This record gives sequence, structure tokens and C-alpha cells, in this order.
Amino acid sequence: MREFLQMGGYGLYVWTSYGLAALVLILNLVLPWQRHRRVVRELRGRLQREGSL
Amino acid sequence: MLDFLHRMASPPHFYRLAGRLLPWLSAITALLFLSGLWGALFTSPPDYQQGESVRIIYVHVPAAWMSLFAYVVMAVAGAIGLVWRIRLADAVAAASAPVGAGFTFLALVTGSLWGKPMWGTWWVWDARLTSELLLLFLYLGYIGLRAAIEDRRNAARASAILALVGVVNIPIIHFSVEWWNTLHQGATVFRSGGPAIDPSMLLPLLLMALAFNFYYFVVLLLRVRTELLLEERRTNWVREVLS
Repeated sequence: MREFLQMGGYGLYVWTSYGLAALVLILNLVLPWQRHRRVVRELRGRLQREGSL
Repeated sequence: MLDFLHRMASPPHFYRLAGRLLPWLSAITALLFLSGLWGALFTSPPDYQQGESVRIIYVHVPAAWMSLFAYVVMAVAGAIGLVWRIRLADAVAAASAPVGAGFTFLALVTGSLWGKPMWGTWWVWDARLTSELLLLFLYLGYIGLRAAIEDRRNAARASAILALVGVVNIPIIHFSVEWWNTLHQGATVFRSGGPAIDPSMLLPLLLMALAFNFYYFVVLLLRVRTELLLEERRTNWVREVLS
């Protein structure tokens, strides 16, 4: 396990790369998803106020 | 055929189709990432020159490939929106930019993290690195331009032109390692004479590349759906979808 984490002495470079990749990919997925849900909620609220639902 | 395309590009149809596709695409993306990561971190061997640092390549190369792919989608969709005034095309172009910028950022940073131990430097101003940095600025300029122009149509038009001008940078990035003497190595996979890489490394690389590709389409569809809802909020189909 320790050996795996050390990556032959390149652990810092390898894990920073994978960590940053995970962070960027997750943010780029979660933020648009939350925005979609927010937009659906807001539009639904507006339609209800207008009495068309 | 044209009729079919028009129906496909109609916002309500696309919105529903994308909604049905998204769960499947997400599942495939997750599976590809799991198998790709397994190969990249466990089953693939260390490189005889680079040692374990070669594992950075399984993130770096797919991110770099997709940074170009997302830009081409953005430029082509922008052009279609410009010429035929198809709203869906414009929504696709806008949705492609943030993901593409993310890929470009990752390609640059992971390249740097690989370059420090392998080349002995975080950064050199060689043709490949410089043109990829320019790509990041093109993405950021595109996003900034869209945000700066209030009127939706003008924003779409101006940003599509910017994307089309910047498209000359794409072949420059790809061929930079042949046209100039770069510190960055030449092509290993897409080269004449076939890939110069062992299958034990090529397979996880391709799995990761596919994972990045499917991931891209998941985010793209997600963003396009939101965009369509907002743009068409006064129409009947949005009312139906929300009720």
C-alpha cells in the first residue's frame, strides 16, 4: 500500500495530477447539474405564480 | 434527410432525447472510468525510462485530446448557428466551452507535473506547450465574450466568429511537434506506421480517452438542456415538460 502511494518516488506528481483531474471533472459535472435543477425549480415557480399550471 | 435533421434539432425533441440518453451515457462513463483507472493505476507496467511517473500520461493525453475535440465541436456548432441560425447549435457551442477549458487546464497542469520530474522543468516555451496555452486563452476569451454581451444573439454571433478564427490553432497544436523542434515528444498513437506503444499501456490509455469522451457528452447534454429551458421558457413545450 505504502509502495503504491509512493509511486516509485513520483507519488507527489502522480497523485497531484489525478487529484486535480478528479476535482476539475467533478466540478464540471456537479455545477451544471445543480444549475439545471435550480433553473427547473425557478421556472416551475414562475409558471405556478402565473397560474398556468 | 433535412426534415429529419430539423426535427432532431427542434428544442423540445432534443431536450427529451437528451434526457433519456443521459442516464445511459453516465453509466457508460462511470464504467469506462473505473476500468480505465484500474488499468492506469494497477495493471499497466511502469515505463522503463519514466518509471511510475508514466501514469500521469493516462490523464494528460486524454485531457489534451479532448481539449482539441471540444474546441472543434464549439467552432463547428458555432459556425452552424451562425449560418443557419439554429438555436440548438448555438447552445451546443456555448456548452462546449467550459468543459473544453477544463480539459485544456488539466492537459497543461498534468503536463507540467510530468515535466518537472522528467524534463527537470515545469514549463518551456516550446511550440506544443505555447499553442496549448493559447488554446486555454481562446476558451477563456470565448467564455468572457459570451458573458460580456447582453443580447443573446449578438453574443452567439461574436463568440462564434472568435471560435472560428481560433480554429487555426488546432492543426498548429497537433502538428507543432513535427513542424518545430519541441521538447514535447512527437505523436505516439496517431502516427503513420501505427501506435508506437505497448498494448499493456495503449489499452488503459484508450479506455481513459473513451471515458473522457463520454464524460464530455454527458456534460454537454446537461448544459444544453439547461440552456434550452432558459431560452424557450415562454413556449408551450417547456410548460409541458415542467408540469
